[in-house]
Amino acid sequence: MSALYLRRRITNAVAMSLSMLATLVGLAFLAWILWETLRQGIGALDLKLFTKVTAYGEDGGLLNSMVGSLIINFIGIGLATPIGVLAGTWLAEYANRTRLGESIRFLNDILLSAPSIVMGLFVYTIIVLPSTTLTHGSTTFSGFAGGVALALIALPVIVRTTDEMLRLVPSTLREAALSLGVPQWKLTLQILIRAARSGIITGVLLALARISGETAPLLFTAFGNNYMAFNPMDKMSSLPQIIYQYANDPGDAMHALAWAGAFVVTMFVLLLSLASRLILSRNKVSHD
Amino acid sequence: MPATETAISATDILEQRSRRDARHERLFRWLLKGCALLVLASLLGAAGATLWGGRDAFSAFGWHFLVSSEWDPGNEVYGALVPVYGTVVTSFIALLIAVPISFGIAVYLSEVAPTWLRTPIASAIELLAGIPSIIYGMWGLFVFAPFFADHIKPWLTSNLGNKPDDGKLSWVAEHVPFVGKLFGSDYPFGASILVAGIVLAIMVIPFISSVMREVFQTVPTRLKESAYALGSSTWEVSWDIVLPYTRSAVIGGIFLGLGRALGETMAVTFVLGNAMHLSASLLDPGASIASTIANQFSEAVGLQKSALMALAFLLFVVTFIVLLIARLMLRRLASKEGR
Repeated sequence: MSALYLRRRITNAVAMSLSMLATLVGLAFLAWILWETLRQGIGALDLKLFTKVTAYGEDGGLLNSMVGSLIINFIGIGLATPIGVLAGTWLAEYANRTRLGESIRFLNDILLSAPSIVMGLFVYTIIVLPSTTLTHGSTTFSGFAGGVALALIALPVIVRTTDEMLRLVPSTLREAALSLGVPQWKLTLQILIRAARSGIITGVLLALARISGETAPLLFTAFGNNYMAFNPMDKMSSLPQIIYQYANDPGDAMHALAWAGAFVVTMFVLLLSLASRLILSRNKVSHD
Repeated sequence: MPATETAISATDILEQRSRRDARHERLFRWLLKGCALLVLASLLGAAGATLWGGRDAFSAFGWHFLVSSEWDPGNEVYGALVPVYGTVVTSFIALLIAVPISFGIAVYLSEVAPTWLRTPIASAIELLAGIPSIIYGMWGLFVFAPFFADHIKPWLTSNLGNKPDDGKLSWVAEHVPFVGKLFGSDYPFGASILVAGIVLAIMVIPFISSVMREVFQTVPTRLKESAYALGSSTWEVSWDIVLPYTRSAVIGGIFLGLGRALGETMAVTFVLGNAMHLSASLLDPGASIASTIANQFSEAVGLQKSALMALAFLLFVVTFIVLLIARLMLRRLASKEGR
């Protein structure tokens, strides 16, 4: 009996130490990755990053990539937010228990982790190829196409958060408004979405954080550009794309620039997810 | 007279308004439904566009496309076996590493850690999920792959591989089948299938562990307390009570991680070495579907472009099926709870 007891205690102690070790391993890799990004990124920070374009190569900066990233992300989130919020509203308010609603909710969850590179190829097929044919090759890759690709990646995030947040709004609110004779569209737009506002904003911020680091779909849509481009119909550079390009370059100076870009992207993404967390915790609604 | 007039106009107004409201309501409903259908459209569109783009490759090679390991742009011959093999093996290695670690993290966070420590550690692990994949790729390329080549790879090749530097085969390489081949390599760099698997593992750990932790918390306390009252240890409660109760959702979480790993592009492209030939060794470079597309698509023309599209279609279908299984498994626990 005591031998069995001893064995069980030893098994337990070993298993518990292993679980602690697993946690330490996870945290160690997080620390390692963040530490390298900070160290190499801060080491490469320089004023010229923000004043010069990538056309200068080693002596250049990343200004056009940063501007490009902002424009493409803005297009992406600008397209995905209204569509995503409306679609999420339909799922939560109009189709909550219907079969079509359930299927779309289910497929949306799948889309949430669908491979982003396929989304890039999809947008390449529906926007880059037709625009090349229609303009006889004068407009091929474009910042707009990149924005659409990112919108497709942001969309399921926003749909899901909106859907979940609206379903958390107490039904008494709906009943109170309906009993006063408010039509349902007015109830949805003016009361429910307002009540779930902070949750929806969190979803949009999370989606923005998700797309700001996306690289794969931009390679065949926005492509890249060594000069400043403001016109969304032009080829456009973006930070992830330039990081990819510079990291594959053999030169050390290019690697330093890539690290600087990586640092900027990581900080941006981490600040966004921090901000969304703060908004959520201040409003005390649960969300996964 | 004026009294009835106002009465008529009042009902008129009321009727007009309710008619207007009904019209707006219909418009609004259609608008919302249209937006929701866009979600469906993007899913179908992605599958359709890649299938359409890959039609030339599919019709040129037929089933041979799936089983041929030849990828020769010079002779216009393309087979998917090398990238498919790379995708499957790197994802498998990733799960092999990530599942036990994620389980450990989830057990630690839900059963072992002091309460005040749980939320900060959980948020830190979730921070890993927020880091863009290109950062993993850079870290893998510039930090981890060299580290691996300097410190881990020499040990693996000389103790397990069939091509050790000093020519002496180790006991394991001689007596255990396959191991020698798996770890034998004379390729000098770090970038390899194994490194890609490890980087992928780090990427999917936060996804799997957060699903596991979440479902572990749904286990009714009375179940766990009964087991503790009968004298079970923490490990026995985790393994014999919590895990069986949440089994389907845990499998769902693992499949979710698998779906991520299969479709991951950037982290893998950097550390896989991008060699379009088949090698039994995990320490040799390889290619995955996503890395092949990322590397070749912008310069590809004609049949090569079509072959890449066909690869994308394969990837999309496989991840779709994996994620479908994941969601169905996850849903099973939710329905058990009556949600």
